[in-house]
Amino acid sequence: MKQIKMTVLSNTSVGHDTFEMILTGDTILRSGQFIELQLPNKYLRRPFSVARYKDNTLTLLYKVLGAGTSDMTEVGFGTVFDVLSELGNTFDISNVTSPLLIGGGIGIAPLFNLANDFAEKGITANVILGFRNKDEMFYVEEFKKIANVTIATDDGSFGFAGNVVECLKRSNIAYDKYFACGPMVMLKALASHSDMGELSLEARMGCGFGACMGCTIQTTKGYARVCKEGPVFKASEVIF
Amino acid sequence: MNTKINLFGYELKNPVIPASGTFGFGYEFAEFYDINCLGSISLKGSTIASRYGNPLPRIAECPSGLINAVGLQNPGVDKVISDEIPHCKKHFSGKLIANVGGHSVEDYTSAVAKFNDCEDVFAIELNISCPNVKGGGMAFGVDPTTAHDLVVAVKKISTKPILVKLSPNVTDIVAMAKACENAGADGISLINTLLGMRINTKTGKPIISVTKGGYSGPGIFPVALRMVYEVANAVSIPVVGMGGVSSAYDVIEMMMAGASAVMIGSANLIEPFACKNIIENLPVVMKELNIQNLNDIIGRSFK
Repeated sequence: MKQIKMTVLSNTSVGHDTFEMILTGDTILRSGQFIELQLPNKYLRRPFSVARYKDNTLTLLYKVLGAGTSDMTEVGFGTVFDVLSELGNTFDISNVTSPLLIGGGIGIAPLFNLANDFAEKGITANVILGFRNKDEMFYVEEFKKIANVTIATDDGSFGFAGNVVECLKRSNIAYDKYFACGPMVMLKALASHSDMGELSLEARMGCGFGACMGCTIQTTKGYARVCKEGPVFKASEVIF
Repeated sequence: MNTKINLFGYELKNPVIPASGTFGFGYEFAEFYDINCLGSISLKGSTIASRYGNPLPRIAECPSGLINAVGLQNPGVDKVISDEIPHCKKHFSGKLIANVGGHSVEDYTSAVAKFNDCEDVFAIELNISCPNVKGGGMAFGVDPTTAHDLVVAVKKISTKPILVKLSPNVTDIVAMAKACENAGADGISLINTLLGMRINTKTGKPIISVTKGGYSGPGIFPVALRMVYEVANAVSIPVVGMGGVSSAYDVIEMMMAGASAVMIGSANLIEPFACKNIIENLPVVMKELNIQNLNDIIGRSFK
């Protein structure tokens, strides 16, 4: 954990109720880790996964879900945030040669940095991105530059008609490990289909650094805090 | 300038104590700063058997605070004594306050008894005010007779001073405090969280999995201050004040209301360095307010 000030470089809409915020500050983040922003007029910090990190520059993708994220859309260039950075654990990509990245909705965010990690290692990842419908798609072009992308939409308005787990079952994508982030219901279905992967979980957090036990889940290894032992867990260990 | 205070015969280097449930077993915060600056630590609430607590979500944002419904997640008293306290002691040289919760008188007495031989613990905080445990916890904290009988039973078996943590979710906080004092309590700590709830307006359903939870944060500070004032006026045992304390000014205000020591809760969750910052600011604020010795201001508002 590191407490720093981060300055907003840009904050733009990238899709339906979905925004990209780029910040700069003195921190080093690895795929899977998250940060917590102290928003004005909100008590609790807000946790965000890291969609891209490079050279002290951080990209967040966020969906407007409540008052906090709604306020965030108004934030402009030069705004300084108090940030807790370098929180949580990381994806384990050691010995992975055929990665499959599976994201649902705003859950695609941490997978973008991961796809870049693989690209930098000379590995083109297969990626399945799931959205409710065509209008809610975002960041697809960015992913296409570095990965093989398959799209699934719940209503069939673009790509595969159905959710990402159904899409995976119908596809013949070969992989030695998957990495997934998205709604709990998606992760649960995925874990019951295959335990050959890692899940990045989301939770309402109190502190974000292991103090309050507000985000504890049950795993085969005992109680685990999403913010501290996670947010990345082996699919085989999460008890849904 | 003197920030030292005395609690149950122990000298604490300052009155600042992280509140139970917001500081784990201390060592998480030792990653951020040297926790030896703290007066003491009130450890995560412990029960005789281990508890997972409530399903998620356990946390909801509120104006000037948060609601939590963790539900006393803890590894059980035996593990707290064998693993957690030794881990904490690697980073903290002072004495600790153990915090005990339960569903029955026997739960409390058997848990408290286990701490009798734990030298690192100088006092037991009896949590009779947790709003997040079904069929227990707060039930002991809303009726003076029930609280009295529990404290009598615990005092019979405990070799440590007993600090009873009161719930604000009562009509008459003074009656509760007096019942505990009459039963032999060595001190009163207050306030625990205020019962509250939030609803997700998109779904129309409560945000917290178990509907209700405990509201804490700066929003409850005036309520806490008033209750500390009333209780300190009415009892002759030490009062430990808490509820939304976020700054050195708040610490001083709480002591002027009658608190001999002050616990910091929610502030730790949004600002990991909260206690350290408050402790460092305390002498600065004391100088500004011309306070030489913190002991001089305890209860100044009514003395």
